[in-house]
Amino acid sequence: MNGTDVWTLTVIAGLAVVTVLARSFFFISSRPWQLPDWAQRGLQYAPIAALSAVVIPEIITVQGELVSTWQDARLYAAAMGVVAYFWRRDVLITILAGMAVYLPLRLGLGW
Amino acid sequence: MFFRPTLYRHDEFWQGLRDLAPQAPGVAAWGLMTGVAMVKSGMSVAEAVAMTMLVFAGSSQLAAIPLLVAGAPAWVILATGFCVNLRFVVFSLHLRPYLMHLPRWQRMCHGYFTADISYVLFTRRFHQPGASPDERTKQEAYLAGNYFLNWSSWILASLLGVGLANLIPPEWGLGFAGILCLLGIQCSLASSRMRILSAAVAGVAAVVAYHLPLKLNIVVAIAVAVILCLTVEKIRPASREAA
Repeated sequence: MNGTDVWTLTVIAGLAVVTVLARSFFFISSRPWQLPDWAQRGLQYAPIAALSAVVIPEIITVQGELVSTWQDARLYAAAMGVVAYFWRRDVLITILAGMAVYLPLRLGLGW
Repeated sequence: MFFRPTLYRHDEFWQGLRDLAPQAPGVAAWGLMTGVAMVKSGMSVAEAVAMTMLVFAGSSQLAAIPLLVAGAPAWVILATGFCVNLRFVVFSLHLRPYLMHLPRWQRMCHGYFTADISYVLFTRRFHQPGASPDERTKQEAYLAGNYFLNWSSWILASLLGVGLANLIPPEWGLGFAGILCLLGIQCSLASSRMRILSAAVAGVAAVVAYHLPLKLNIVVAIAVAVILCLTVEKIRPASREAA
């Protein structure tokens, strides 16, 4: 059983505030206003950058060291997930296809 | 707000609900996976339940998990969550004219509950903001019905996932399902060459800068990717249209 701590709960409450702020960002204020141009352009690129920054190290590194073996289930599962996404354009299919590769390699071969 | 009678007694509330229904199994499966992934990645049941009930944003929840487990400082986790959520900032600009007649707390409440699918279905059904009070109420009722089903499918399935997680042995490594989910969302955002460049740069930078303290590699990677893409736009304005 994992332990609960107050710090984590506080961060979770903070993330809830982040959800509200992001989802109602442009209608919090009653006055019409606009972001500066560079920030509007940045909105195009920041979400995918943030996801990639979290996801890529979780797939190709072990505690920040690049994987040194090809016998790592995560590599094949991620590749399968990407192929599945572009085949069906569906996030759920991505997860299912990726796990269908991940679990046998991990449980069967111990990768 | 689905708890207001003027909305849930309206026909459009039920129309919104029906329009979301075909999507509900997908939302529920994703919620189930997120529930399992939260506990399997090292969060306690109480933390996972609090996250499900409060945060209601799958991608930022999943992105926050590895950072929480690694003990990253709060501002890094919140900043990462906000960046992952920036697509909603774009949606909110689009939804603004539809909601501005309402008091602020109601606008923010609608905003909180309106996730990706509801945004897409709502703006697909209503191309223009309502011109009369009746039309506006109709649109509001549709939105509320739509996100009510989305929210309840998500919450119930996540809680079920949290409950089931302890029955699954940790060796299965089911936390990885959360990473695959983020990977799928990442692919769905890869709609232009410039965005793919942003993802590639951020991925490489996050690995290269991995050993920075406080999980700052995430923040550095986002900053490097965005600055580089904006610079490429400056140098080659044609890339801007392509974005």
